[in-house]
Amino acid sequence: MADKLRATQQLEQLQARFVGTGHADTTKFEWTSNIQRDSLASYIGHPPLLGYMAVGMGESRERLRVRFIEKMIQPVGKPPEKEE
Amino acid sequence: MADSEFEQIKKLQQERNNLKLGSKNAFADKSSQRDSTKVSLTESMDTTLYDRDTDKYAGYNTSIAVNGDDDDEDMGEGEQRRNLVGQYTASKEILNEFANVGDDMDLMSERAKNSKIADRETDYQKRRFDRALTPTRADPANADGEGRSYKEIMKERELEREEARVRAEIEKKMKSGDLPAQQTHHEPTLKEVTVTPEENKENAPAGEKRRKRRWDVTTTEEGGDASKPTEKKSRWDASTVKVEDTKPSRRSRWDMAPALPPATPIGGSGMATPLHPDVVAPILPTIAYGTRSTWLTDEDLDMMLPSDGYKILEPPPGYAPIRTPARKLMSTPAPMASASGLGGFMMQDPENAKLLGKQLPTELPGVGDLQFFKAEDMTYFGKLMDGADENELSVEELKERKIMRLLLKVKNGTPPMRKTALRQLTDNARQFGAGPLFNQILPLLMEKTLEDQERHLLVKVIDRILYKLDDMVRPYVHKILVVIEPLLIDQDYYARVEGREIISNLSKAAGLAHMISTMRPDIDHVDEYVRNTTARAFAVVASALGIPALLPFLRAVCRSKKSWQARHTGVKIVQQIPILMGCAILPHLTGLVDCIGPNLEDEQAKVRTQTSLAIAALAEAASPYGIESFESILHPLWTGARKQRGKGLTGFLKAVGYVIPLLDEEHANYYTAQIMEIVLREFQSPDEEMKKVVLKVVSQCAGTEGVTAAYLKENVLPEFFKCFWVRRMALDKRNYRQVVETTVDLAKKVGGGEIIQRIVDHLKDESEAYRKMTLESIEKICSALGAADIDERLEERLVDGVLFAFQEQSVEDIVMLNGFGTVVNALGTRCKPYLPQIVSTILWRLNNKVSAVRQQSADLISRIAIVMKQCGEDALMGKLGIVLYEYLGEEYPEVLGSILGALRSIVTVVGIQQMQPPIKDLLPRLTPILRNRHEKVQENTIDLVGRIADRGPEFVSAREWMRICFELLDMLKAHKKGIRRAANNTFGFIAKAIGPQDVLATLLNNLRVQERQSRVCTAVAIGIVAETCAPFTVLPALMNEYRVPELNVQNGVLKSLTFVFEYIGEMAKDYVYAVTPLLEDALIDRDQVHRQTAATVVKHIALGVVGLGCEDAMLHLLNLLYPNLFETSPHVIDRIIEAIDAIRMAIGPGLVMNYVWAGLFHPARKVRTPYWRLYNNAYVQSADAMVPYWPDLSGLDDNVDMGRSELLVTI
Repeated sequence: MADKLRATQQLEQLQARFVGTGHADTTKFEWTSNIQRDSLASYIGHPPLLGYMAVGMGESRERLRVRFIEKMIQPVGKPPEKEE
Repeated sequence: MADSEFEQIKKLQQERNNLKLGSKNAFADKSSQRDSTKVSLTESMDTTLYDRDTDKYAGYNTSIAVNGDDDDEDMGEGEQRRNLVGQYTASKEILNEFANVGDDMDLMSERAKNSKIADRETDYQKRRFDRALTPTRADPANADGEGRSYKEIMKERELEREEARVRAEIEKKMKSGDLPAQQTHHEPTLKEVTVTPEENKENAPAGEKRRKRRWDVTTTEEGGDASKPTEKKSRWDASTVKVEDTKPSRRSRWDMAPALPPATPIGGSGMATPLHPDVVAPILPTIAYGTRSTWLTDEDLDMMLPSDGYKILEPPPGYAPIRTPARKLMSTPAPMASASGLGGFMMQDPENAKLLGKQLPTELPGVGDLQFFKAEDMTYFGKLMDGADENELSVEELKERKIMRLLLKVKNGTPPMRKTALRQLTDNARQFGAGPLFNQILPLLMEKTLEDQERHLLVKVIDRILYKLDDMVRPYVHKILVVIEPLLIDQDYYARVEGREIISNLSKAAGLAHMISTMRPDIDHVDEYVRNTTARAFAVVASALGIPALLPFLRAVCRSKKSWQARHTGVKIVQQIPILMGCAILPHLTGLVDCIGPNLEDEQAKVRTQTSLAIAALAEAASPYGIESFESILHPLWTGARKQRGKGLTGFLKAVGYVIPLLDEEHANYYTAQIMEIVLREFQSPDEEMKKVVLKVVSQCAGTEGVTAAYLKENVLPEFFKCFWVRRMALDKRNYRQVVETTVDLAKKVGGGEIIQRIVDHLKDESEAYRKMTLESIEKICSALGAADIDERLEERLVDGVLFAFQEQSVEDIVMLNGFGTVVNALGTRCKPYLPQIVSTILWRLNNKVSAVRQQSADLISRIAIVMKQCGEDALMGKLGIVLYEYLGEEYPEVLGSILGALRSIVTVVGIQQMQPPIKDLLPRLTPILRNRHEKVQENTIDLVGRIADRGPEFVSAREWMRICFELLDMLKAHKKGIRRAANNTFGFIAKAIGPQDVLATLLNNLRVQERQSRVCTAVAIGIVAETCAPFTVLPALMNEYRVPELNVQNGVLKSLTFVFEYIGEMAKDYVYAVTPLLEDALIDRDQVHRQTAATVVKHIALGVVGLGCEDAMLHLLNLLYPNLFETSPHVIDRIIEAIDAIRMAIGPGLVMNYVWAGLFHPARKVRTPYWRLYNNAYVQSADAMVPYWPDLSGLDDNVDMGRSELLVTI
């Protein structure tokens, strides 16, 4: 019991610090959004990679960067309807 | 040193040693060496049955012989005489524990006295008992409007102040005899009334009301004018009928006290005004211990006694019931005892104390076994024992009992009970509600017999539930503050910290506006205690919610026109803020200074003084920045300092002292000259506080850039030495410290030589305390400034004085030792002419019969060894070495430790080769000492032995080293980490010196012993040997050992492997394939511990071989590890996860994540949970590296493109 509680607390703490971490009840939507956002952030965070992609996709680096940033908003569409 | 003298000392020493040997019982000192009650393992017969006439310590190394013959024999015979029984000595703390206990002191009473918080409080702190929990306040944010509003409370405070004023007036008149005679005639009545408002001020109006009910039933209470004497009417005047008529009406003193049942229920849950039992003790009914022993209430009496033909007698005139609870037999009946809530005065039953004593249980129904149960607890928790049927109770009552039970568990229970109860309280806090919780917790905290531990636990409860309750606490903020504020002025640092934490959480929960409206009425409270604690609490609020938020309020309070008390408190808040927050005030410094600036010229002296103190605190916290903020108040500060006298001046000087270091050079110089006049004048002040302040100001001025050495020399020094370097100053600890500090600060400016020259002669003063003060000052000056500006003549006087002071000390003091050491080290090679004299002093003192003297001398040797080497006194050191060597038979462990330390420092400076006595003689003598259990001895011996093993192992035979190895095994269990580490390192050195084979054999054998600790330590040692002698010398033998079909041994081998691979790190790459089969076997073993340890080995290997091309082996091990993922035992699963994480480091996240994807969305939660744990670890540690490896999600959803097509770009 005590360990379980501590584990939950630790998990909560972890989640507060790292949004991308998950737990047994993580939904597909949450997980896939996180994957998308983390990937996009990673592209932007590695300028050479961004440059490479820009060349490959025939766009300017800055444009691509902005596109990636914008794509981070609802990267996998709208959240699923809450069913009560 | 003359050789003759040396010989003489040596002779004396031998005599002493011989005497010791000669005595039957070598353990002369019973206080430090306990008699061993253990049976010697070397004896074959039962000596308790067959009484021998030989010494029971035969076969025991009672002491080390001087000439060392027997030890050589010992060497020849090898292990035969090795004694397995260690020498046990108690630690210094234990020995000293009872050292100070005189006959006149009772240990238990001392303890009992200390345990209660109230017993060690000062009178001022005890004033917290004067405060009472006020009725619940209204929460303006919450519309239900229950409780008292801010307006009502402010009105009430006003009345209180008026009362205080009138009372003071009356007192004044009484003193001057102006009061009419007839009023003194009604003394008792008057007394009754004069008490009333006083209590009323402090106590809850509810408490007041209850008492009135009892004695004043039929009278209506008069309004606000409490100073007017009320005629005391007794309940006995009224007919019984009238009593029945009385309904619990809203008859409050000031029209605002809550009505009885809704706001002030006495019993039952949901009561809004819990009263401190001591406050209401006389009037409230007690617990029902059982129907038979309950006290009779008025109602009961009315029912039982006939009403016709009898009348209730009037109490005789002048009768006053005893009100002081301390004089009652049982002082604390429960406030919430009866559900009816209607009680009356009870005759105290003399039987009750006994009854209570008999009934004190340690086990309550539904609570379980408690650690203790105090008589006072009965007051609060007695209800749990009334045996009421739970089925008949209302939900509220059940809830109350539930809380009570949990609180009792927290307060008196065993740690595990406490833990679960605390958690239940926290988790259910919102269901219980703020009212029922605080109504039980807070009175407990007001209990007079509360002990530290209980308070700590209860405060913890409050802290926890605060989080959960959040804004629900609002109505209770003031009550909580009443209880928690006293913690802010507790002597105990941790209590203060706890108090701060609670108040800061409270202010976060209740919000600034509510905190201000709650605490505002206390700011100009008549009681100084209340104002003081409120100021401190406000400072905490400021630090919790930010200074800017509070600043407008503070500004208003500091400019209050209505009362100087408010201004005083406001300034005090500003003073407390920097004390609490330090340099964090800097951004708001201007605001804070502006806030209190005008108060420097307040009409009230107290406010002015407080303001100067606040400025001092602000300047101290801001130092060295922020002078621009102080500019506005500089002028008033300086003029103030000139104008003030006495106590006011102290504050102003203090403020000036703290502001000066902030000033720039020019200004500092100017202002110092200005202020110094006053400071010099005040040097003569008899006031202790003033002395402290002027000393502080002098050191601050001396530390400022602009103040020149010449100025100080000319103007300050003569006066300073005249006034402060007198014997009297050395007697008071605080003055002593301050003077030393100031002297050192002055020396930093004017130079060490100048100051030392002035004080050096005091080293030969007749007062020891004064000598100490002098030496401490010199020590600090020398260590800060060196001895360069000490001329030859002064140097002579200095060394002479230090020697004198050192020899004349009656109590061996660390100050003297430090002083001596520092002076010698500062002088360096200039010491050469004095060294023979110093050494001869040391030698004489080494032979002293007082152990502390010997210890101190040995310590001194370690301090000056380096200087002796610098002076080229090798011969002298050789002599010292020999003398110390002779003293290795020392029986006081503390002294022995120091002697070993001295030897070590000599070995360090002269080197192994030049060491006298030669190492081959010294080391065998150390071997038996290794067995000594005293920490200091162990630490110094192991250090010395380790040094020898490191630098000159060739001086000693391999056999001796092996012997030392055996002794070291025991040392691996030492409590002190330093000792264990030194022992392990020594293993490494020895293995290096004599080759790993023999050492390893010893260690492997040791793996078979039963004792776990020993096995663990052996495993560590094997790891170290592997590290120092290369793993290939160890691994074959170790892996061979794994074939022994015995669980302990196999586990030991695995454990050793963990340490081996931990220590060898990258070297592991050459051995991975060699150990993999062994690990395969271990990882598929049935035994959990086996797999767990194997997982640790895998972890260390994997971390060692990151990037070194062992990925195939790692993947193989991962395959074996992975099925363990569903282990539930926390240790096992932790190790497994760690190992998988380590392998992820070695083979990269891509491969390992392939294992993880499968289970993240598994239908079974039991599967998902550990998989997500792995995922989270990977995510935290290498999220970026995971980007390319996330599964391809394209086609998962028709509407959105989840595939990350960007990654497919190829040029």
